[in-house]
Amino acid sequence: MEMTAMDGGFADAPREAALAFRAALQVLARPGRIDRLAGAAPPAPASPAAGALLLTLCDPETGVYLAGAHDTQALRQWITFHCGAPLVGPEQADFALGTWAALQPVGAYRIGTSEYPDRSATLIVETEVLDPAGARLTGPGIEAEAALSLPELAAFQANAKRFPLGFDCYFTCGDRVAGLPRSTTVTEAG
Amino acid sequence: MISNYNFAYLDEQTKRMIRRAILKGVSVPGYQVPFASREMPMPYGWGTGGVQVSAACLTPDDTFKVIDQGADDTTNAVSIRKFFEKTAGVAVTERTSDATVIQTRHRIPETDLTEDQILVYQVPIPEPLRFLEPRETETRKMHALEEYGLMHVKLYEDIAKHGEIATAYAYPVKVEGRYVMDPSPIPKFDNPKLESAALQLFGAGREQRIYAVPPYTKVVSLDFEDYPFDPSRADHPCELCGAEDSYLDEVIVDDAGGRIFVCSDTDYCAARREKGEAA
Repeated sequence: MEMTAMDGGFADAPREAALAFRAALQVLARPGRIDRLAGAAPPAPASPAAGALLLTLCDPETGVYLAGAHDTQALRQWITFHCGAPLVGPEQADFALGTWAALQPVGAYRIGTSEYPDRSATLIVETEVLDPAGARLTGPGIEAEAALSLPELAAFQANAKRFPLGFDCYFTCGDRVAGLPRSTTVTEAG
Repeated sequence: MISNYNFAYLDEQTKRMIRRAILKGVSVPGYQVPFASREMPMPYGWGTGGVQVSAACLTPDDTFKVIDQGADDTTNAVSIRKFFEKTAGVAVTERTSDATVIQTRHRIPETDLTEDQILVYQVPIPEPLRFLEPRETETRKMHALEEYGLMHVKLYEDIAKHGEIATAYAYPVKVEGRYVMDPSPIPKFDNPKLESAALQLFGAGREQRIYAVPPYTKVVSLDFEDYPFDPSRADHPCELCGAEDSYLDEVIVDDAGGRIFVCSDTDYCAARREKGEAA
């Protein structure tokens, strides 16, 4: 009997999804802030935080792209059972999940149009480390400046430059999450 | 909580749709994200947009406050507060500083908001260019091209006709140097408070739009070098608490034309009177 696909969802979906969304909202509205996202237990290699984001935001209306090592039978079944989301390629994805290396090339994702910049992908980037240190962040949501460990700078600088177009990112590590909207200016720590 | 409603009234799929729209709104400050607004158990114009945004944001741990033109005790505010008390089982308050989520119609509280608070606006007409250009296809293109000349012409015509910018509420702002945004019909007195430590979310139910201003985002009221923005205020102290820094409502008190000015923010006024700061 296939157990993993049915396990690991929210026990009390309305309340847990509300708490998870609030954390996801606050970290995206305040780049550099790191919060906890608990309640989900997706099959490896997906992290609990990434699982909670999928459960909170994905449903039959959103295409999900699984990149690299995240494209496993177990995770596909888990998403199909809990979210009902269609699994698609990077060009159609509303949400993409994987490590930064596996998510490349980031040019494949939708960045919206000048009339509808909201029609863009959200990347859920699984990381080994997630610290409020490293790249320097400025922009909306940040009082003076903030810092966040990013896998690289160039891609996020290029993404911010074409604002209001662009993709938005969540970084997940275990049960922790941080957000990086396209509006954030990323520079080298100085 | 004893009720047969899903947490915060809306079904989970609807909340996910609204939540995705809110997140894209946060990512593109000032841009109006279309969303599939639902019918709510109240008429359009009574805050259905704000209610849907609040429903998507509330958690069981929240303390919820609702104001209508600054007041906690008006029909609209009381009924929305009761709605979420019943359907979400959240704690409610009238004190600005105790609230974690505040839904508002046409005011920003006088008390400075903190990082732990979310302010949800009820918005009637989200499109700042709508009265200048009625076609959605055109205003959408104008936002895409950053073509806001028409709005400056409108403000200029104000000056030509009235000697000053006569727009007193829903005064247009530019968000983070990109999108011109309608801050909902708040008095222009409140415009400087749009740069806040709190996250601000805007919901327009009938017009099916959600937009956002993240904390500390630059929000500039449109003006001219020789006619700078002026957040005017009635030149009186509050009759009840003596405040000289708050936004005032004019109240007619008799049939002989007698009138007084009182704070529009009832919580601010009451707190000042409790502390004995009355004039």
